[in-house]
Amino acid sequence: MHRIAIVGGGTGGTVLANRLASELRRELEAGEVEVRLITADPNHVYKPTFLYVPFGEKTVDDATRPIEELVDRRVTLTVDEVTGVDTERNRLSFADRTTSLHYDQLVLATGATLAPETVPGLAEGGHHFYGPDGAERLRDELADFTEGHLVLSVVGVPHMCPAAPVEFTLMVDDWLRERGRREAVDITYTYPINRAHGLESIADWATDLFAERDINLETFFNVDEVDPDAELIETVEGDELGYDLLVAIPPHRGSDLVTDAGLGEDGWVDVDRHTLEATAADDVYAIGDVADVPTSKAGSVAHYEAGVVADRLASRARGETPTATYDGKTVCFLEAGMDEATFIEFAYGEEPYVREPSKPLHWAKLGYNESYWLTARGLL
Amino acid sequence: MTAVTEPDVTIDSRGATCPGPLMDLIGKVKSLDPGTVVELQTSERNSTTDVPEWLEKAGHDLLEIEERDDHWNIYLEVD
Repeated sequence: MHRIAIVGGGTGGTVLANRLASELRRELEAGEVEVRLITADPNHVYKPTFLYVPFGEKTVDDATRPIEELVDRRVTLTVDEVTGVDTERNRLSFADRTTSLHYDQLVLATGATLAPETVPGLAEGGHHFYGPDGAERLRDELADFTEGHLVLSVVGVPHMCPAAPVEFTLMVDDWLRERGRREAVDITYTYPINRAHGLESIADWATDLFAERDINLETFFNVDEVDPDAELIETVEGDELGYDLLVAIPPHRGSDLVTDAGLGEDGWVDVDRHTLEATAADDVYAIGDVADVPTSKAGSVAHYEAGVVADRLASRARGETPTATYDGKTVCFLEAGMDEATFIEFAYGEEPYVREPSKPLHWAKLGYNESYWLTARGLL
Repeated sequence: MTAVTEPDVTIDSRGATCPGPLMDLIGKVKSLDPGTVVELQTSERNSTTDVPEWLEKAGHDLLEIEERDDHWNIYLEVD
C-alpha cells in the first residue's frame, strides 16, 4: 500500500486531504493507497475570523469546528502530536506512543506559531488578535478604551495574513468614529521597513488612507523591548514610543519538528517554490505557512498549494511523473473600514493592483468567510 | 568607502525577496557587539537602497556595496 501522511489540520492540511480523497477515490476504495491526516488539535480553526472578534462582530466559537466534520470519510484521521520526522527512514514518531508510522510521501502543513516571548515585555504589555485568547482579551480591552494612544505595531515579519495589521488599523479607526470616540484617540501604525507594508502597492494604498484618516505612520520601527509598566516601546533604531493600548503583531516561528528534522532554519521548510518539495529530503512536501516561499503566509496560499500538491502526490501514487506546479498565486480581501473592503491577487514576482474599496467587496469578504467551510471540505 | 575582505559575520539572504534581506540583517544586528563587521549577501536590488537607509536611521556604518554576477555584498560595521 502507498501511504501518504499529512501533518497539520489547518487550511492546507484539510484541503489537501479532501482533494486527495477525491483524486485518489478509486485507489482508496481498492485499498491501494492510504491518506492519513494527523493533527494535534481535534478542532479546525479558521483564523481570519479572529480579526472580527475584537469588534464584537464574530466570536471565537465562529472560528472553530471539529475536524472530523470536515474531513472526507475516506481519509484516515489521527489526532495525535507528531514529535519527530526521520526523513532517512521515512518514518514519523509520536508524543504518546512508542510506535512509529511509515510514509511513502509526507506533507508538512504545521503552520506558524506565535512567539511573543522573544521580545522582552511584549507578552505582558501587548495585545493581539492572532489567536482565540488574544482576540477575546483585546475585545474586552477595546470595549473600555475611550481615550488615549492606540498603537498597532508590526513586531514580527513574516507573520500570518500580512494584510491584517492594515485592516485592523483601518477598522479600529472606523469603529471609534462610529462611537464618537475617534477625536479622543490617537492612532499610530508602525512597520519594520521603510514603508507601511512589504508589498509596495499595499504600502502606497495604506499610506494615503492613513493620511486621510489622521493615522500616524512610523516606519523603520523594529521593536527591541516593551516596558509594560511605563507603557513604552523601545526600538532597535533607538526610538521610543508611548502607548495606552498596544496591539502588536507578535514575531512568528515555524515548527521545531522542521528544525529538528534538518528541513529548514527557524522552523520554516526550505522548498522548491514551484514544486513545494523539500530541498533537504526526498518524498517530503510543505504547504501553507510552514513552507518558505516568497509570498504571503495566507490561507489562499495554503489553499492553492494544496491543490498543486494533491496533483503531485496523486501522480506519484499512481507511478506517474508529477507535472503540477505552483506559480505563487495569492488572493486576499482587505477590509478598509467596518463596511468597505478591497481585493488583490498576485503571483510570484507580481505587484498587486489595489482596487477602490467598496461595500460589495466587504460583503464578498464576509460571504467568503461563511463559505470557507466548503473550501475546507475541498468543494470550493 | 573601505574595502572589506574578511567580515566577522556573513548573512546569506540570496534568493530572499524584499524585505527578507533587510529583516535578516535587522534580526542579526541586534545580537552583535559594536565593531562587528557584517557582510549581507542579497540578490534583491532594493536592498542596495533599503539597507543603507536603515543603517543611517539605526546609526550603523555602511562600509561598501560590492556588485557580483548574481548578487550584491553589502558590508557594514555595527555601531
